[in-house]
Amino acid sequence: MRQLLTFIRKEFKHVFRDKKTLLMLFGMPTAQIILFGFALTNEIKNTSLGIMDLSKDEVTRQIIRKIDESKYFEVKMYLENERGIEQAFKRDQIRAAVVFPANFAQELRHSNKSQIQIIADASDPNAATSITNYLTNIINEYQLQQKSALVAPMQIIPEVRMLYNPELKGAPNFVPGVIALVLMLVCTMMSSVSIVKEKELGTMEILLVSPFKPIYIIISKLMPFLIISIFNLMIILLLSVTLLDLEIKGNIILLLIASILFIVTSLSIGLLISTTAKTQQNAMMISLMGMMLPTMLLTGFMFPIENMPLILRILSNIVPSRWFFIIIKNVMLKGLGIESIWKELLILTFMCFSLLTLSIRKFKIRLQE
Amino acid sequence: MITVQHLIKTYNKGTVKAVNDISFEVKDGELFGLIGPDGAGKSSIFRMLTTLLLPDSGIATVNGYDIVNDFQNIRNHIGYMPGRFSLYQDLTIEENLEFFATVFNTSIEENYDLIKDIYVQIEPFKDRRTGKLSGGMKQKLALCCALIHKPDVLFLDEPTTGVDVVSRREFWDMLKKLKNQGLTILVSTPYMDEAGLCDRIALLQNGQILSIDTPAHIVASFGDILYSLSSPKMYKLLVTMRAYDNMNSCFAFGDSLHLTLKDNSKKDELYSYLKKSDFGEIEINQIMPTIEDCFIKLLKEN
Amino acid sequence: MEAVISTNKLTKRFGQFIAANELTFDVYKGEIFGFLGANGAGKTTAMRMLCGLSIPSSGAATIAGFDVYKQTEQIKKNIGYMSQKFSLYEDLTVAENIRFYAGIYGLKIPEIKAKTIELLERLGMMNEAKKLVRELPLGWKQKLAFSVSLVHSPKIVFLDEPTGGVDPVTRRQFWDLIYYAADSGVTVFVTTHYMDEAEYCNRVSIMVDGVIEALDSPRNLKRQFEVDSMEDVFYKLARNAKRAEQ
Repeated sequence: MRQLLTFIRKEFKHVFRDKKTLLMLFGMPTAQIILFGFALTNEIKNTSLGIMDLSKDEVTRQIIRKIDESKYFEVKMYLENERGIEQAFKRDQIRAAVVFPANFAQELRHSNKSQIQIIADASDPNAATSITNYLTNIINEYQLQQKSALVAPMQIIPEVRMLYNPELKGAPNFVPGVIALVLMLVCTMMSSVSIVKEKELGTMEILLVSPFKPIYIIISKLMPFLIISIFNLMIILLLSVTLLDLEIKGNIILLLIASILFIVTSLSIGLLISTTAKTQQNAMMISLMGMMLPTMLLTGFMFPIENMPLILRILSNIVPSRWFFIIIKNVMLKGLGIESIWKELLILTFMCFSLLTLSIRKFKIRLQE
Repeated sequence: MITVQHLIKTYNKGTVKAVNDISFEVKDGELFGLIGPDGAGKSSIFRMLTTLLLPDSGIATVNGYDIVNDFQNIRNHIGYMPGRFSLYQDLTIEENLEFFATVFNTSIEENYDLIKDIYVQIEPFKDRRTGKLSGGMKQKLALCCALIHKPDVLFLDEPTTGVDVVSRREFWDMLKKLKNQGLTILVSTPYMDEAGLCDRIALLQNGQILSIDTPAHIVASFGDILYSLSSPKMYKLLVTMRAYDNMNSCFAFGDSLHLTLKDNSKKDELYSYLKKSDFGEIEINQIMPTIEDCFIKLLKEN
Repeated sequence: MEAVISTNKLTKRFGQFIAANELTFDVYKGEIFGFLGANGAGKTTAMRMLCGLSIPSSGAATIAGFDVYKQTEQIKKNIGYMSQKFSLYEDLTVAENIRFYAGIYGLKIPEIKAKTIELLERLGMMNEAKKLVRELPLGWKQKLAFSVSLVHSPKIVFLDEPTGGVDPVTRRQFWDLIYYAADSGVTVFVTTHYMDEAEYCNRVSIMVDGVIEALDSPRNLKRQFEVDSMEDVFYKLARNAKRAEQ
């Protein structure tokens, strides 16, 4: 036990004495949260707009003028049909389009009700939401002004259509994404690099030759990263709550248990990488290309998995972070309990145990291939 | 203490024979040297004896324990200093020593006697990070770390590679003292001049033993008369001697040439041969061979 | 004799620390000069100045007739460099390595072709031309690295611990190459802390704590210090060095 503690203390010394590692460990989650948070509140200014006015009457002209006058929008082009809109989007000429149906003013006058269609490019979901919100606001404002002038209350109903990303995934989703990414990075990359470093240094030879049991070497090498990861998780949650006004709706204990499960899974992967990698760079490359990339792409927080080709959708099932992402989203953002995530928890537990067993069995007690 | 019988180790699916049928024995309390250039198989032998590598075939025991089956017992009883000084660069001297003491389930205090002579030399710097130490000091610390658990056998793989003359001498002095305390030591080195400091040596090349004996016996078995030649025009002398038909071997050896003749009765002819060219003042002496001369001869014979 | 390297009170300071203190010496054409010193004695600092990689703090030096302050580019064109640790690309073939280095030094294509063949023939490596350097034995690599460092016919070649780790026969073959080069007029400047390498040099200088403490032929030094080997000479000089333990 004393041996184990000394070993773990040594590992912490390694971490705290290397300023670069330290910066990466604790600076990165903070920077990511702040960056994403900043991107969220990114203001919309002079957004290029396309107008398809099939009515061309007094009311549509007034609304269009109001939109164009605002600092947020600039009417770039007038389009004649749906195809024109599509082309303009594809050529990146406009970021949103407003469609007035035929006989807009007439309809409004007769039935006190009319519809405007707002089409936004939602591949950048945050921007798309802001654009539609601002447009809706402008139209509402116009209505309020008219109310006093007209006798009968009239209603213009903006119909919002999101292109490319209809469910608008992404907005608060990035926090679970950052958590998955950071834990993956710390656990997989840092742990594999730290084990391979001992191999490169030659200290692994002495450790293996010592009476210290190989399983203890594994435990002591991985333990610090488990602790650091939990600490990191806390930082991210704290920052999300204080800086981004995000509410943790679900049970925090459940969140923690799921996270530890994911951490151990990632640590096993790190251990597995360390058994094959020969140099620290090697370990870093495998972690980055083999783990970070799939985590970014196939977890679902950057690009929705539903819209991916079948092969990627199937592939995404073996990415642990995909399941962790669902768990953490459900618990943290939707406030759901264990009944909604038991399936994902089970999958993750299974992954965790099989990876851990595999990596421990592959850990060499000799220098042999 | 150590027995090795017909040990074979290959790499890359048998294409590289690192250790090719090697047998030797190290007695209790002996300082035994494996002498050979890089790639002779020294490190592979060390790693097999310290249970880090499995041999392809052959048997070896350390302190009576089999290197394959009883590896855990061996690990409990040996001290090992790998080829590269294996220390944590970001820990201080004291932290490194403490760490290795704990890993070997002991403490600095418990076995301080054994390392005292060496440790006092580096103790003034005990709070300095190991990465900032000179090669000689790292080497001393590595030796302390290998000794801290009072091993029965000490395995030192090229401990003096890359350290300067002064540190090298100090290191061999330390080994002498440890040997006198009864420790069995197996050491490897690429430097022929360190061979004379061992009780017995094995000369290694390409995974095979060329000769195994005490340094004095190896020198005595050289068999040929060895001459040393020098002149102010060394390169010309070398070229001239290589062309001499009674020349058996001729090598540059520092500031002189070492020469053996095919027929030693024709030694006088050598003088007349040399007089044909102008070398300035030539000095010819009959000398005792060194281990390096023996190594070269053995290489040529194989 | 023609001095190829000539220094006068060459000094390099790092803040308060004087790494190399008033070095004054000459190295002549075709000489094999050993530049020795313990760890931290200032060898590396001095050599960097001589190669034009580091500007001295004070003093003067000319390398192949060029000034170390102003003509570092010309110096680089007239020197070769070989270190035991790095010189050749392991994943390129023998011929590719030669071509690459010849190319860097601006040799023309017909010259490169001629040099490659000449060099391979002299080393007896015609059959290995298309082999990856990685597959060669260490001794061959060293010989090849040395020959490559001479590919642009430099006036001086700097060797950093050139023969560490090889067997005694290969090592002597290597020294044969060095002798051959020196005999054809190249100045060979060897830094090492292996004293048996020093024994092969025409003259050696020994640096202790930033200062040149001794400079003479190995024979004269051994006589002066009344010992049998350069190692003993070095030991007597460096034993009391202060910097080695820092």
